[in-house]
Amino acid sequence: MSQVAEAPASRDPDELADPASYDGLALRRLTKHFGAFHAVRELDLDVPRGSFFALLGPSGCGKTTTLRMAAGLETPSSGTITLAGKDITYAKPYQRPVNTVFQNYALFPHLDIYENVAFGLRRRKQKDVDAQVRDMLELVELSSQARKKPTQLSGGQQQRVALARALINSPEVLLLDEPLGALDLKLRRSMQIEIKRIQTEVGRTFIHVTHDQEEAMTMADTVAVMNAGVIEQMGAPAELYENPRSTFVANFLGQSNLIEGTVKSRAADVVTVDMHGVDVSVPASRAHTDGDQGWIGIRPEKVLIGEVGEELDAPGNTIPGGVVSDVSFVGVSTQYLVRMPWGQELQVFSQNTGRHRLFATGDEVELSWRPEYAFLLDAAQDASAGAQRMDADG
Amino acid sequence: MASAAGAAPLADVDTSTVSGRKRGRTGYLLLLPAAVWLGIFFVVPFYSLVATSLFDPSGSDSRGYDMTYHVANYWHVFQDYRGPLLRSLWYGALATAFCLLLGYVLAYAIAFKAGRWKNLMLVLVIAPFFTSFLVRTLSWKLILADDGFVVNTLQAVHVLGSDGRLLATPVAVVAGLTYNFLPFMVLPLFASIDKIDHRLIEAAGDLYANPITGFFKVTWPLSLPGVVSGTLLTFIPAAGDYINAQLLGSPNQRMVGSVIQSLFTDANNYPAAGALSMILMIIIVAMVLFYVRRAGTEELL
Repeated sequence: MSQVAEAPASRDPDELADPASYDGLALRRLTKHFGAFHAVRELDLDVPRGSFFALLGPSGCGKTTTLRMAAGLETPSSGTITLAGKDITYAKPYQRPVNTVFQNYALFPHLDIYENVAFGLRRRKQKDVDAQVRDMLELVELSSQARKKPTQLSGGQQQRVALARALINSPEVLLLDEPLGALDLKLRRSMQIEIKRIQTEVGRTFIHVTHDQEEAMTMADTVAVMNAGVIEQMGAPAELYENPRSTFVANFLGQSNLIEGTVKSRAADVVTVDMHGVDVSVPASRAHTDGDQGWIGIRPEKVLIGEVGEELDAPGNTIPGGVVSDVSFVGVSTQYLVRMPWGQELQVFSQNTGRHRLFATGDEVELSWRPEYAFLLDAAQDASAGAQRMDADG
Repeated sequence: MASAAGAAPLADVDTSTVSGRKRGRTGYLLLLPAAVWLGIFFVVPFYSLVATSLFDPSGSDSRGYDMTYHVANYWHVFQDYRGPLLRSLWYGALATAFCLLLGYVLAYAIAFKAGRWKNLMLVLVIAPFFTSFLVRTLSWKLILADDGFVVNTLQAVHVLGSDGRLLATPVAVVAGLTYNFLPFMVLPLFASIDKIDHRLIEAAGDLYANPITGFFKVTWPLSLPGVVSGTLLTFIPAAGDYINAQLLGSPNQRMVGSVIQSLFTDANNYPAAGALSMILMIIIVAMVLFYVRRAGTEELL
């Protein structure tokens, strides 16, 4: 795990805004330890106002602790939290303009839906509670359920009540702690769209904590991948997926083939790497190591598969000598495992466009990819870091 | 909660029709021991008590009693012993209120703050039961004794006058009642508070409730089932208690329990004792029904 901590900082400190004048949520050198266990280490993070931000990571990576510190439910061991220029590091939860949608919803069982939603307004002695509650119930399409108790609603409805109860307070930042974890897959998909719709409608800052990379990528404008208490990399979903900077991100967000290689030469815009006897090139902007050794990464859907000697539409990196060792036909695509001469099995996703025949186990094939899709990672990192979700998402 | 209870019988119907008869018979057989027990130790004595309360008061042990449906017994004992009767309800209510105050704090601390000491603290709540009720009440005589530490201190700070005392005052009786029935309050309160999901309290804080508001809007309503059962378990025996008044009070603090006891054992006035017992019981049952109805927690009891 030590290599993870030594991973290059995902962002340059110079890029961080000045918390005093920043209008979003700014976390600076935020640390939380429980006894000897460091849940969050010196975290620096800017969440722009009005963005849909996802904190993505495996369980135990510190994302929920970070969220709870933002909500005021945990006190940071050190560091600061500022919101719209105001230091709220030690403000009580009921004193900060931040609301949370809890993982288990935490609806008040003794109050009906209407009173659950009105709770925050009543505490702040707001006027026209009734009109606001009705509007909010309308927004989450629960007007007809207003007088029911939480236990009488389905999981998806309870989820929407939790959202309404938090949103009605017009918080500067809405924190969502794995809000869809308890729902089944189909409901989860529709709630993802629903929450995204509501976020666009109200234009508030949403911080969404999840371990589901697909959920993070579909919902958020910006995803921060967190591991072992630090942020590994942060950016737009496509940027993270296409150009991961660490093996953890490469494996946790989708799947990657990581192949050992030795750097042969570095030019201004291209790095040439010897990959088990084949020279492959990687754009310099996608090479994230200074060492002589590295992991060449390529996403399975970027790898093209063809007959021996076939001209593939990918000038540059062609690797001969593969033997198909496994074929899974999934309809829109076919997933191959191809054993390479050096013994490693590479994954290849091939669209079933009909231009190629399906290969069978034992066929000899050649692989190829466009150099601009490859990336190069630090050899010191664990090639299987973050890969535990491969099967679940395949 | 109501929906879950409503759904359960529906599910039962299907299975019970399959082997309905056999199941029914087994059910009654299983009920039998408890029914016999209740019959011998509740129905028969209760009938006997009701009957005794209606006997002709002019009877005696030697001449025997006649059943004359003498309802006037009730009116007479009520007139004669109205003082102790009302005093009992008043002392019982006071003791219950103090128990609730002390017990809630204690139960809350055990449930939410005790951490790994939780079980030990629960044992300590029950530990006094390992010694006799009488011994514990008698030891309060030492604590509240006229030249004891408590009285001397209170005299020194002029809460009590220089000849003031605690023994043989209502303070001593209510203190004794509070002490003796505290565990009956703490245990149901603990069971109720312990069940409260801590995240609900966090949610209240997140939704702009300061800790005090959060307590009264979330924790307190969710602990009501424990409050109702705790107050009942405390008030009922406290109102009927006669040991505390006898050991710590004076005749001026006589409670209805001691009156009933002396009517039965010293005066041998069985009809009056029976009638007084019935009055106490009827008052308590009426109060409990009203209370439970008002608290709106029938389904939670």
